[in-house]
Amino acid sequence: MNKITKNNLITYGIVIAAYIILEALMLTGNLSSHLKGLLVPMTYYAVIAVALNLCVGILGELSIGHCGFMCIGAFSSAFFSKAMENTLPTVPRFIIAFIIGIGVAALFGFLIGIPVLRLKGDYLAIVTLAFGEIIKNVINSFYIGIDSKGMHFTMKSAMDLEMEADGNVIVNGAMGITGTPHNANFTIGIVVLLISLFVVQNLINSRDGRAIMAIRDNYIAAEATGVNVTGYKMMAFTISAAIAGAAGVLFSHNITTLTASSQYFGYNASIMILVYVVLGGIGNIRGSVIAACVLYLLPELLRGLNTYRMLIYSIILIVMMIVNWSPGIIAWREKTFGKSGLLGLFGRKKEVA
Amino acid sequence: MSFLTYLINGLSLGSIYAIIALGYTMVYGIAKMLNFAHGDFIMVGCYIIFSVSAALSGNSVVGIIVAIVLCTLLGVTTEFVAYRPLRGAASPLAVLITAIGVSYLLENIALLIYGADIKSFSSVIKWEGFSFADGQLKIQGVTIVTIVVSVVILTVLQLFINKTKQGQAMLAASEDKGAAALMGINVNKTIALTFAIGSALAAVAGALLCSAYPSLSPYTGAMPGIKAFVAAVLGGIGSIPGAMIGGLVLGIVEILSKTYISSQLSDAIVFGILVVVLLVRPTGILGKKVQEKV
Repeated sequence: MNKITKNNLITYGIVIAAYIILEALMLTGNLSSHLKGLLVPMTYYAVIAVALNLCVGILGELSIGHCGFMCIGAFSSAFFSKAMENTLPTVPRFIIAFIIGIGVAALFGFLIGIPVLRLKGDYLAIVTLAFGEIIKNVINSFYIGIDSKGMHFTMKSAMDLEMEADGNVIVNGAMGITGTPHNANFTIGIVVLLISLFVVQNLINSRDGRAIMAIRDNYIAAEATGVNVTGYKMMAFTISAAIAGAAGVLFSHNITTLTASSQYFGYNASIMILVYVVLGGIGNIRGSVIAACVLYLLPELLRGLNTYRMLIYSIILIVMMIVNWSPGIIAWREKTFGKSGLLGLFGRKKEVA
Repeated sequence: MSFLTYLINGLSLGSIYAIIALGYTMVYGIAKMLNFAHGDFIMVGCYIIFSVSAALSGNSVVGIIVAIVLCTLLGVTTEFVAYRPLRGAASPLAVLITAIGVSYLLENIALLIYGADIKSFSSVIKWEGFSFADGQLKIQGVTIVTIVVSVVILTVLQLFINKTKQGQAMLAASEDKGAAALMGINVNKTIALTFAIGSALAAVAGALLCSAYPSLSPYTGAMPGIKAFVAAVLGGIGSIPGAMIGGLVLGIVEILSKTYISSQLSDAIVFGILVVVLLVRPTGILGKKVQEKV
């Protein structure tokens, strides 16, 4: 067994072990209902952290609009589930909802990727932020309803849908979608997490993944070697968006009222995910999962910490970046501890150039 | 008549964006970094004015001066502590993520000190303004002051950059830091000065922004900050007149789309402009094209 396979298996092992422990605690009744409610969010934050790490760590482009893709996945799948609630049985409906959520998010990832990936660095970051906000604002002004005559759509108000008496407003503007069936549970969340880990880790260690990382390290050199820069960037970005969409499906099927609010889908939420990725180690997929789970659970469990949570995270973010990236500090570290010594707390596996 | 009122409101908002965008564009032009925390400097400035005015029972002039001084200090300190160590880092993402961290830090410090509830900010400009055509067309004092202040700032900055030694040093450092250092320019000092000017402008913009839109929360600065960056990109990043034009266009578009299209979608339209500009003319209206070197 080579080193890469072993490393991948360790990651799956950690996730499965955590699942078994938590599930055992749940069955023996040792888990408070508060903690039980945190398990599904924990999985979808881990999933979207994996998605963002693919974009930031492997592709090397900072996206601060990833919650926008999550938003698209959440709304498209919730719309389907709500519309088909009485037509289809639960299992096939939820599977199709996943396919729709992932597919629509991937489609938007692709469409948004076309303009966005022509840019680099700061510009790319700010445009992804812009798209995240655009998605949120546009979804907030959608009104969609279904009655016996078919689907109605407007961007004005629920009254303007002009529906028959049997009509059912599904997407109600800023009020969002209410009453999506609660199909997501911890097991499904873990399965989704494992699948996204499988996709991302295999992508990284494939020919395509190496091409993507070559673009990250030096895109001019990669282009000169014959790597299709646009194509591979597009591929990584679309896959990343699709995984974020899967996180969105989990999100929407775990919440009663789904609204495109800043709290969940604004850029502050996207930055929260970025914190998970940075603290877990940029480019370190396993680190992202661990960091997302720990950083999500800790402040929820330690109520006193919640007030200072973001303050502490932001300070850690700044300190981590300076310690890990400052040329002066890197030189000092190498002089004092030797070339390999004292990596960051979680240790980066791959350098991002 | 109402169209004219909206247009003037747009000009006023645009002037505020322009002042913020000036700070962005100068820092970006010289330090080649997106100071994500710039919008939060505005918020800090507002809170300082708010607190000082409250302590001095409504004397906002002192408040503005204190805010300008403290924001300048904040900008220089941030640059020194958080950004300078990362200059020349292997990844361009490092300094951007640090800037995001600084932005978060400032917002959360404000949140701890002042709480999340929205404070009502009393305008620093007490003048009522003019009223034309039997009160159908009203121009508020704050609108006029905002436009005048932004024009004055633009002129002074242009003169400073083109006529003084320090300004020339800034231009040189933005062209080529290595060559500038060889010419005897202290690049670190020049960048610190840029941050000082940008942050002082942020305080001024904060005073004007909160006078025109008198609600203050820890997130007050974030959105205007990002929109001002859009303005800077629209005008051509690194260009001072460009920031002015970009800011004005953006302000007018925002107010008009809020009025005539949908208040829900106005942000989407503003960000849509950014996307279109970057696709059609990535250098902006007045920007220079820079060829990428290997």
